[in-house]
Amino acid sequence: MSTREPRWVRWTLIAVALAFLGLNLALPLAAVFAGALAKGLTVYRAAVVEPDAVAAMRLTLTVAAIAVPLNIAFGLAAAWAVTKFDFPGKALLISLIDLPLSVSPVVSGLIYVLLFGLQGWAGPWLRAHDVRIIFAVPGIVLATVFVTFPFVARELIPLMTEQGRSDEEAARSLGASGWTTFTRVTLPNVRWALLYGVLLCNARAMGEFGAVSVVSGHIRGLTNTLPLHIEILYNEYNYVAAFAVASLLAGLALVTLVAKSLLEWRYGDQLTGSGH
Amino acid sequence: MSRRALAAYRLSFGAAAAAAAINSVFGLLVAWVLVRYDFPARRVVSALVDLPFALPTAVAGIALTALYAPAGWIGHLLPVKVAFEPAGVVVALTFIGLPFVVRTVEPVLADLGVDVEEAAASLGAGRWTTFVRVVLPAIGPALVTGFALAFARGVGEYGSVIFIAGNLPFRSEIAPLLIVQQLEQYNYAGATAIAATMLLASFAVLLAINLLQAADRRRMAT
Repeated sequence: MSTREPRWVRWTLIAVALAFLGLNLALPLAAVFAGALAKGLTVYRAAVVEPDAVAAMRLTLTVAAIAVPLNIAFGLAAAWAVTKFDFPGKALLISLIDLPLSVSPVVSGLIYVLLFGLQGWAGPWLRAHDVRIIFAVPGIVLATVFVTFPFVARELIPLMTEQGRSDEEAARSLGASGWTTFTRVTLPNVRWALLYGVLLCNARAMGEFGAVSVVSGHIRGLTNTLPLHIEILYNEYNYVAAFAVASLLAGLALVTLVAKSLLEWRYGDQLTGSGH
Repeated sequence: MSRRALAAYRLSFGAAAAAAAINSVFGLLVAWVLVRYDFPARRVVSALVDLPFALPTAVAGIALTALYAPAGWIGHLLPVKVAFEPAGVVVALTFIGLPFVVRTVEPVLADLGVDVEEAAASLGAGRWTTFVRVVLPAIGPALVTGFALAFARGVGEYGSVIFIAGNLPFRSEIAPLLIVQQLEQYNYAGATAIAATMLLASFAVLLAINLLQAADRRRMAT
């Protein structure tokens, strides 16, 4: 009578699982860094400080710097509304929050082109007022905000649902205003889940490709984010430069993974609320 | 044009289904190994599983293409051509969809009490029988959900696929690429039509899976 597999079975399963992960996850990661350094450090540095690459870096950072705080605000607002109140249309809002995750990034970009493109709904009006959204930075920001919206909200909602309203009700009964309740009761309760959501949101914001590719216009030095710049380099057969720039984003991904793991390890129960 | 679209749908949906199936098998294995066993660097491996979530799709795309190209580390070992063929799309979607299955199955597996397995063992069931008749049914819904999530993500995936796909119309062109193509020719109607078809089809598949799971839940409850 045994509830454990024989040792040889266990180690075979572990070996197969590790082989699969090594093949599918570790090797591609290694290939990025190997490709980046294939011609040595000098070529690597040159690719990274090249003006178009720097412009792409600056655009990626700018877009993230706008999109992430916006989605922190939207995510907090949505999570707060959904978990602390009841209102008609609440179920619809919850479904809408997940919408960006279920559509193709290309379709997300398409939505904005249909809305703000030259032939789109708002196209003629925008043209008349000389406002450029599609094929300019605002379009990239909008598309990025859309695709990264769910990450903060989805981290907060389960935790805030579990935490309930009692803390907030207690604060209100002691005379705290709505804003004070929010900043001194609600926010501290969810700070680690918020940070976790911000990490995921940022990783996606800096790495988004499909949606941004559709709205950006690919104007070198102006509307190319880092991922788009990587595509251009690769299509020009400039592989080492492409991998060099890609290694920056891969490095960011590794930092995200480490930070994520640290948060899970130290504050795991405060992320899911299961510690209550 | 519509024949080209049909070919694109076939590739996108077919490759996504194949990749999700592969991920269901190996994702379950990975989840099992992570939950039930302890081995050196288990934490690192667990963190690595989230790599496809954190890594930008374009980076994954060029890395996979470099690996599976005829001259690549893996490509030169394989007897068949993978990069720039439909098989390459399956490889890319396998990378993308893996965390969905693992992360959906893991908590359910972890919550599974040992007592049911002990009961099965005391009645004389071997480990394999116990696995097939006790564990699998219990995690079945989670596995199906993981498959559905990986499938849905795979159908719409763009960045990690377009580098390895080959992008030849009728042969290795995915549906999202066709949408981008139509947009570049300012054929908004065509692009929207393809997008709408993809959304409807994905919705239908997910609805079917949800209904299956609801029926399964009802059956288990009686």
